[in-house]
Amino acid sequence: MNLETIKAPFDAVLAKIKVWLEPENLEKLRPQLHYQTGVLAGFALVAALLLGMADLVTRDVIQLRLEEDLKAKLEEVIPAELHDNDLLLDTVTLPSADANLGANETIVYLAKKAGEINGVCFKFVAPDGYAGAITLVMGIDKNGEILGVRVISHTETPGLGDKIEISKSKWVLSFDGKSLENVGFEKWAVKKDNGIFDQFSGATITPRKVVLAIRRGLEFYKANQATLLATGEKS
Amino acid sequence: MNLSILFTPEYKRIARDGLWDNNVILTQNLALCPLLAVTGTATNGLGMGLATIAVMVASNWIVSLNRHLIPSEIRIPIFVLLIAALVTLVDICLNAWMHELHKVLGLFIPLIVTNCAILGRVESFASKQEPLPSLWDGFMMGVGFTLVMVILGAMREISSAGTLFANASVLLGESFRFMEITVIEDYKGFLLTALPPGGFIMLGFLVAGKRLFDKKAEKKA
Repeated sequence: MNLETIKAPFDAVLAKIKVWLEPENLEKLRPQLHYQTGVLAGFALVAALLLGMADLVTRDVIQLRLEEDLKAKLEEVIPAELHDNDLLLDTVTLPSADANLGANETIVYLAKKAGEINGVCFKFVAPDGYAGAITLVMGIDKNGEILGVRVISHTETPGLGDKIEISKSKWVLSFDGKSLENVGFEKWAVKKDNGIFDQFSGATITPRKVVLAIRRGLEFYKANQATLLATGEKS
Repeated sequence: MNLSILFTPEYKRIARDGLWDNNVILTQNLALCPLLAVTGTATNGLGMGLATIAVMVASNWIVSLNRHLIPSEIRIPIFVLLIAALVTLVDICLNAWMHELHKVLGLFIPLIVTNCAILGRVESFASKQEPLPSLWDGFMMGVGFTLVMVILGAMREISSAGTLFANASVLLGESFRFMEITVIEDYKGFLLTALPPGGFIMLGFLVAGKRLFDKKAEKKA
């Protein structure tokens, strides 16, 4: 069999497609209903195939990027000297439906050094911000003292409520080293509510809700402290 | 490719239309939703503009290539399908390979679908013209759109935060850090212009200014 005999049928098909694709031929086809259906289905099929392939190619890469993001956030609130494990791999999932943290289950990332637990961190949500939910991440050492708090995402008013971001103001640093014990449950509020934490001029609701959400986070840790510390001893 | 084709009267006309005479925002008053949502800073405006250029060029080109295939009765669903697929492609590719940029723009990229200017160009230009002029039209319309986005973003950013091109290094890479300027030191901020209503008011001034300029030019001629 030589090359010519293989090529011939292909050439015939190509020539047919070429004739079919002539503007004059397409003009005759365009008003016909079955042609219209076919064209729409064809475009949908091509679009679906393209998107499917793009998803296959990018899915793992995107997952990796998201994990890197999360890890960077966690490492901001857990000092490097407190752990030598991979925070993303050492986790405990606890039920948190009653803790009002924005989710029915909260993943707690454990910071361990030489197998001993030094602190935990977790993501939680203040569902009742001034303009929507505020997502936070908090690191707590084993005694219940805050190692650090950061805001991951929010939709608060630019210029007023956005001072909860570390890039806009140092306000979130005022939680470092605080715990329910050394502040007291009643005092854990903004100054307007007879607490110890500053509010911002022009924005009271945003800091109030963040302060209260952090208090709920600390209570959540306290309620699960025994379980969490026990996981450290086992390993 | 011979670039001198871009200086023929036809191509010059397309460029002039896109940049000024038939500018997406200033003349057609289209695409106001992404405009007001994104132009809080000049950098965001620039990023959104660049992504829009990519989608506009690609959709114009693809539609023009297939213009004989598409029956006029079902052209709108096909155009919408194409544009939505292209935007989704841009979105996931940015997320995977330009993740830092995606974190800045991510929220706004799906908004490109709502940019009726893209559908408008596809419908009124690309579906009737050869692929090359369509490509050029998409590009010039996109550039005109981007210019207005950057200008409005700069006006709003300077008046609301006292900076210009903040975070440009995140968008364009470290070597563009020189673009980040603090125009007014220790500025207390003017909240209105950071919010969409302020953007709308400023857009009004821009549109009025363009009309005034055109009127004066007309009188002179």
